[in-house]
Amino acid sequence: MVMSATGPEAWPTQVFDELKAADVGHVSYVPDSGHGTLIDLSIDDPSITTTMLTTEEEGVAVATGAWLGGMRSVLLMQSSGAGNCINMLSLPVQTRTPLLMLVTMRGEWAEFNPWQVPMGQAADAALRAIGVHVVRADTGDEVVAAVAQGAKLAFEADQQVAVLISQRLLREKTW
Amino acid sequence: MVTRSMNRRDAVSRLLRDRGDALVVTGLGSPTYDVHAAGDHDANFYLWGAMGGAALVGLGVALAQPERRVIVITGDGEQLMAMGSLATIGVAAPPNLDVFVLDNEHYGETGMQASHTSRGVDLAAAADACGFVEVATLWDLDDVDPVANRRVHAASTGPALTVLKISDESPPRSLPIRDAVFLKNRFRAHLGLAPN
Repeated sequence: MVMSATGPEAWPTQVFDELKAADVGHVSYVPDSGHGTLIDLSIDDPSITTTMLTTEEEGVAVATGAWLGGMRSVLLMQSSGAGNCINMLSLPVQTRTPLLMLVTMRGEWAEFNPWQVPMGQAADAALRAIGVHVVRADTGDEVVAAVAQGAKLAFEADQQVAVLISQRLLREKTW
Repeated sequence: MVTRSMNRRDAVSRLLRDRGDALVVTGLGSPTYDVHAAGDHDANFYLWGAMGGAALVGLGVALAQPERRVIVITGDGEQLMAMGSLATIGVAAPPNLDVFVLDNEHYGETGMQASHTSRGVDLAAAADACGFVEVATLWDLDDVDPVANRRVHAASTGPALTVLKISDESPPRSLPIRDAVFLKNRFRAHLGLAPN
C-alpha cells in the first residue's frame, strides 16, 4: 500500500524522492513493514534495481560491489539486522565505500516483544563501534532531512551512514 | 571415492587465461593469493576480509556493470559462510555473474580443518536448488578449459556456479596489495570511474 503524499505519513514517499534525487540506482532490503512503502516504490520504479536479501549483511557487500561498478545503493533494514552487519561493515569502512543504511527501530517505544529490545537498544552503539556515522530521526521531517544529508555524506564524502528511524514514528504493531 | 588432485594455481590460471574484459572479485585467503599469482590486474578486486562477501560483492558489480562478465573466485569455507547468498543471487539472477568455488574441503588459512563440504555438503547442488542457471562440479584440470571457455562466449546465460574440487596443498602465498582504498580506486579507474 502506498500512503498519502501529505500528512504525517508522507515521509516514506519524500524519502524515496530524496533517494531518486541522490541518483540511487539500487535498493536492497530484508522485508520490513516500517519500510513497506519505500520497498514498494523501489520495486515499482523501472530505474531502480532491487535486491531481496536473506540477511542484512548481504546488502553491505552488494552495496560495496555496486559502488565498485559505479552504482549508488541504499540498504533498508530493521534494527534487529544491524547486529548481523557488523563484520561485513569492515568492507565499506576499510575501502571507504559510500554506504547509506536506513534502519527502522524496534525495541525502544511501545514495544510488545521483549526479544526485540536487546538489539534495538544496542544498534546505535554497535554501528558506531565499527565506524558507521549514525543519525537519529524522530519525526517525518527529520527522517527526510536525515536521508537527504546522509546521501550527501555517503555518496559525496565516502562515509558509511545509518539513519535510525524512531519506532515512535512507525505504526504500532497490533497483536 | 574420487581423489581431489587438481592443483589450485593451475586451475585458476586456466580460468583467467582468456579473461577478456572480465571483472574479477576474490574471496579472502588462498583464492586471493591464487588470483594474484595468475597475474595482477586493475580489474581484480581482492578481498582480504569480509568473509562471506565475495559472491555478493560480485553480485553488486554484476548489477552495476551488466555488459561485463563478472567472475568471483572464492573458497568453500568462504562460500559456506554465505549459504543465503545463493538464494539472493538465484533470485536476483544476474546473467553475467560467474562464481567459482575452489573446494579443498578444508579451511586452509586456519590450519586445514575440515569444512562441511568434506562431510557431504554440495555447494553446486545448493546453487542449483537456488535457481542458478548453470552449475557444475569439476574434478579434473582438463575439464576446466571447456567450462571457462564456454562462459567466455556465453557470459549472458548465468548466474553460474562451478565447484572445482582441488587438492589440499598450500602453494607459497602470492600477496596482492592490502590497501583497500587503493584496490577500490584502481578497480573503479579501470571502469573509467573517478574515486568519488
